Amino acid sequence: MTTWQEDGSTLLLTPRSGVTTSVWRHHHILDLDDFTPEEIDLVLHIADAMKDVLARPIKKVPALRGKNVITLFYESSTRTRLSFELAAKSLSADVSSLAAASSSITKGESLVDTFLTLQSLGADVVVLRHPQSGAPELAARYISASVINAGDGWHAHPTQALLDIYTIKQHKQSLKGLNVVIIGDTRHSRVARSNIWGLTIMGARVTLCSPPTLLPSGLSSASSWFPRVRVETNIEKALQGADVVMVLRLQMERMQAGLLPSIREYIQLYQLNENRLALAKPDAIVMHPGPMNEGIEISPEVAHCAQSVINEQVTNGVAIRMALLYLLTRSKKA
Amino acid sequence: MKSIFISDAHIIDPSQGIDSPGNLLLEGEKIVWSGTGKPERIPDEASIIKANNLILCPGFIDLHCHLREPGYEDKETIATGTMAAARGGFTTVCCMPNTNPPIDNRSVVDYIKNKASTEGVIRVLPIGCITRERKGDALADMGELDSAGVVAFSDDGNSVMNSRILRQAMEYSRLFDLPIIEHCEDSLLAQGGQVNEGIIATRLGLPGIPVAAEESIVARDILLAELTGAKLHIAHVSTRGSVELIRQAKQKGIRVTAEVTPHHLTLTEEKVLGYDTSAKVNPPLRTAEDVKALIKGLAENVIDAIATDHAPHTRVDKQCEFATAPFGISMLETALGILMGLVHDGKLDLPLIISKLTREPAAIIGNRAWNLGTLKTGAFADVILIDPEKAWIVDPERFASKGKNTPLAGVRLKGKVIATIYRGNLVYKDSSLKIE
Repeated sequence: MTTWQEDGSTLLLTPRSGVTTSVWRHHHILDLDDFTPEEIDLVLHIADAMKDVLARPIKKVPALRGKNVITLFYESSTRTRLSFELAAKSLSADVSSLAAASSSITKGESLVDTFLTLQSLGADVVVLRHPQSGAPELAARYISASVINAGDGWHAHPTQALLDIYTIKQHKQSLKGLNVVIIGDTRHSRVARSNIWGLTIMGARVTLCSPPTLLPSGLSSASSWFPRVRVETNIEKALQGADVVMVLRLQMERMQAGLLPSIREYIQLYQLNENRLALAKPDAIVMHPGPMNEGIEISPEVAHCAQSVINEQVTNGVAIRMALLYLLTRSKKA
Repeated sequence: MKSIFISDAHIIDPSQGIDSPGNLLLEGEKIVWSGTGKPERIPDEASIIKANNLILCPGFIDLHCHLREPGYEDKETIATGTMAAARGGFTTVCCMPNTNPPIDNRSVVDYIKNKASTEGVIRVLPIGCITRERKGDALADMGELDSAGVVAFSDDGNSVMNSRILRQAMEYSRLFDLPIIEHCEDSLLAQGGQVNEGIIATRLGLPGIPVAAEESIVARDILLAELTGAKLHIAHVSTRGSVELIRQAKQKGIRVTAEVTPHHLTLTEEKVLGYDTSAKVNPPLRTAEDVKALIKGLAENVIDAIATDHAPHTRVDKQCEFATAPFGISMLETALGILMGLVHDGKLDLPLIISKLTREPAAIIGNRAWNLGTLKTGAFADVILIDPEKAWIVDPERFASKGKNTPLAGVRLKGKVIATIYRGNLVYKDSSLKIE
């Protein structure tokens, strides 16, 4: 049961074993590399409550009334941006959107100055998407408002990973010991990186399946700076025993950069099609962070098959982002 | 004529193999006497410095720094850069030609020399371009640059990627017997790279620069040096593989020398975690294994010299997204302090480090650096005093350099320059030093 106080400021959660808001330590969401399993559990738990809100006829609660949430996107985006805006609006925040192309950024304003301006304008939460890795960390150093990373370069996309983990959890009892295979351009993928962190923190085993030119560097060296993952460049071998199959979008630039010979060859070697999916466990689920190139990294049949949870991912994204907005604004009062 | 008598010092002069207590008399701009007792005559007006066992050695020579003038005076000027050098114990710096305009003709050499003589506090020796405008496709007027007084040729910041042009430059350089200094980096292999390629790059989601980008050019350049008989000097060696290539080349008798920076000798790639742009440098900070090989290479004389690659940038330049920030560390004022860490840890001894900052760089630019890097009688009175035990905290706000870009801010270093004397003039002194 979830109830709301009359003044609308507090979300009261029924206690569930092992879940308590006291584990929450974050003021920003920059990546999952500094999350504990308890914090991730808490986010998933609150997302459940938010999903209840989204199921109501009137999808609005007053938890963020009087808070300013600003979305600042330096890259184009459909689902992530809309998802954040809907999440903030459902919590009654005042939402402002800034697209880099139509702002002072085109006049040469630096990221730091832009954030100082947003701070002065009274931002409580800034949702940032940026083409350069590390931009949210830079912003977070100069602003007292919370920064949520909505995707930075090749580095991280923590809210996507959390919604992926949430989606997996709705289909599997636990993440512990699950075999998750991530297929595609893992080198340039922020989705893959954040999922590697989040999934391994939750006890899953991650396999990366990419052509060697699209694999991250240094994975063979033992290092405490990155989780241990299994690498299997052969898709048939990688899929054997998989509980979760995550397919990544293939960017067309990769062909121009000489990383791949041709789309045709990529389809032959790495497309997730029905025959290949049959090598995974029968109850394996298929995921994709979108937007999909149907017929390239994933066949249309697989994209829309019964095992596909791709549309659920999108729905869950709103609930996860509501949970994060709630936790961040709530933590400031403490 | 003014003179300075320094007594009770511990003199280290690798050019004469001296590592013992002693005294030194400077008169005018020359060293006139050194020994354990007293000279026959100390001028009445001489300043007396009781060194109380401080290290006394020749002023350091930096083979590789960026003074940014002309063109980028917001980053550094000859006035601020040479003051930073003096504070770091350097009495001679060789400045790289990636200025604007670049040092590819006599007028820029003259401009820098003129500025240095009027505004600089120490000696500035310009390095001329190998190719016109550093573009890599046509030779600069190397003869004109030579007669204008450059000490070496380099397109620093870039390798000369066209092997035919580099071969021709090397052949032509034999007219002057000045070294060709190569920044070894295959620009296509390194394209877009921000940090060392490996797990740290993967964690940060940044494109990596593979060690092969450096080593393949080191190998090519060594082959071209063998082919042409030119003097090749490899700038800022950063990888274990490069050390091995240089070792083999020296064994074969090829005329190659090499330098390493204080940061590559002491820092590793983990410094960039958190997207710290002050640790973004080219070549990138590498792994602990590379650092170990560089120290070993230095100790075994595979690497000849230590050079700072002092690369000052403004705050705005560095206070930005990691990939947007320029490469470079402001190093002149922290070089000795960070190198002393290697001495205190027992990894290298102090006479070796002093040799790599005095005698060895002087030998590399030998033709134009006569009388430098030594305390021999008759040499220029370029001397410094060092307190190897004095601890201090790096505060970039107190740098003389305009470049506050250092990954060492707030770090406690042990070992400090106490006084810098250039041509008989005290150009820098620590507040602790007393002069009678």
